[in-house]
Amino acid sequence: MTAMLLLILIAAGSDTDTTGPGLGREVSEVPVHDVFPDGTGLPPGRGTARIGQGLYAQHCLSCHGPAGEGASAEPIAGAQGALSGPHPVKTIGNYWPWAPTLYDLIRRAMPMHAPGSLRADEAYALTAYVLYLQELVELDAEVDAAVLTNLQMPNRDGFVPAEAVP
Amino acid sequence: MLARRQFLGLGAGGALLGAAGRASAWTASAPASMREPGAPFTAYGVPSEWEQEVTRLPTANRDVPGNGASWSPLHLLEGIITPNGLHYERHHNGVPRIDPTTHELLVHGRVRRALSFRVQELLRYPLRSRICFLECGGNSNAAWHRQPIQSPAGHVHGLVSCSEWTGVPLSVVLAEAKPYTDADWLIAEGADAFAMHVSIPMRKAREDGLLALYQNGERLRPENGYPLRLILPGWEGVTNVKWLRRLRVVDRPVMARNETYSYTELLPSGKARQFSHTMDVKSLLLQPSAGMRLPGPGWYLLSGLAWSGRGRIRGVELSTDGGQHWRAAELQQPVLSKCLTRFRLPWQWDGAPTVLMSRATDTSGAVQPAREQLVAARGRHGYFHYHAIVSWAVGQAGDVRHVYGTGTGDSHDSNAPADIDSGWF
Ligand code: HEC
Repeated sequence: MTAMLLLILIAAGSDTDTTGPGLGREVSEVPVHDVFPDGTGLPPGRGTARIGQGLYAQHCLSCHGPAGEGASAEPIAGAQGALSGPHPVKTIGNYWPWAPTLYDLIRRAMPMHAPGSLRADEAYALTAYVLYLQELVELDAEVDAAVLTNLQMPNRDGFVPAEAVP
Repeated sequence: MLARRQFLGLGAGGALLGAAGRASAWTASAPASMREPGAPFTAYGVPSEWEQEVTRLPTANRDVPGNGASWSPLHLLEGIITPNGLHYERHHNGVPRIDPTTHELLVHGRVRRALSFRVQELLRYPLRSRICFLECGGNSNAAWHRQPIQSPAGHVHGLVSCSEWTGVPLSVVLAEAKPYTDADWLIAEGADAFAMHVSIPMRKAREDGLLALYQNGERLRPENGYPLRLILPGWEGVTNVKWLRRLRVVDRPVMARNETYSYTELLPSGKARQFSHTMDVKSLLLQPSAGMRLPGPGWYLLSGLAWSGRGRIRGVELSTDGGQHWRAAELQQPVLSKCLTRFRLPWQWDGAPTVLMSRATDTSGAVQPAREQLVAARGRHGYFHYHAIVSWAVGQAGDVRHVYGTGTGDSHDSNAPADIDSGWF
């Protein structure tokens, strides 16, 4: 009995919650593709940096520059020097912490003039190419969900919760 | 136009016009406005034709016109409420056009009941209003420059605005979906072309999160999230997701681009502060401020804004002698938590060059730091969350310039190539 009551309380959330008129319509779980650092949410598919190179020239180069060095958009590759140096430059290679979430950004938001237009395989190939520009994958290596999940990005441990620092 | 207005000091109220009274003849004849009927009614009012220069100050990416920011002209405004058309903007890929009759909010994930709400349904929920500031994490970032920038105050610090937001407490909608207790986070996603998404701790969402539908009495402006946006009082702008379409209850943060690669502050150690949600205590003297000119010695009303994401402003002290002496300014009542607070103090300028500063303290006890304290703690490459004391130097001729500290600057490293980490945020 006590156990059951506890369960109901847990389900109802905090006791300070006021109740509303209950006008929301119940929906069965919808498929969404938020991608987490551990690879959860990555769709099936694959691509190589070599394929990505062609796609990049077509869809990305105009804003990000031939080697990701930046144009109208910030540089995404080619940073020299440490983040702790006097003039740090943040790029994917030295600052972006997880490869799966890089896939997510490219798939959900790029290219800026046609967001959401990339197919899963294209997004894998482009992710592979961006990682290739950082010398993190080989030109002909097949990149898929497993490869992205297992790839150790250089700045994975680069973040600390704001409360823990000045 | 702007230059002329600043040269004269203030427009309305003439707060900055010199005190020296000059005798003038009162025109006995009625002005033209009294000799002909006035203009008819307008369906939606707009500012006077003599206030046309009071606009937002937008800057956008040259290849992505909807990627950029637009500053509130704080130096041309008074009081604490930002007019809706002047609220700052920061978009990643433009302002979406959303029909409210088809827009829906999905609440799903680690919940007992995944629910979908139409806007017209949310409008029937218990509503609550909250007056609070909204500040972009990148506000004031030009102040990391090695040399003080001479742009108008609003063009440097105007990525902060203040509105009365009205909407449905997030706790009400969450309670209906019945989240599991292991779920400490929400992923909030917008219906814009960047598919903006960020992670929000459940504790904050329940504490004072608002699903805002109205801004200063009218429905949200498109550039402020129409028809539905998240408001998290006192928290970094990027977490207040506009055009909200989805809240997913999860057990860990999603580590989106805008909470890892961006909106994190690189420290001198090479590590970066993450989830720097709360906006720090801050103040800014606006009358006078950079680019203005005091017409001569005499009486002036110093006026500015203070705010803190940690609570109410407890006090604002002003110095009119480069930080040697500080006096408490008068705070305009009511002083609200996580809200812009207007401070004012009369000042007699003797005509000698000096430096004006303001320093705020909040109810958590936090004191706005000096610039060198902030730089010592966070380095020069954090880019976000600049909140140090701002100094304005008044010259012999009454000209007002931006300086660091007491005006000596930190030019020791002025040959350095990278003045600031450039670009967007
Ligand atoms: C029309 C210009 C444009 C095009 C084309 C474009 N991007 Fe971007 N990209 C941007 C801008 C601007 C940003 C920064 C977004 C912001 O400020 O919110 C960005 C951000 C990024 C980022 C995150 C790093 C960062 O600086 O924020 C990656 C990765 C990226 N783009 C990859 C791509 C890829 C891959 C393509 C091709 C499929 C592409 N972009 C096409 C303009 C563009």
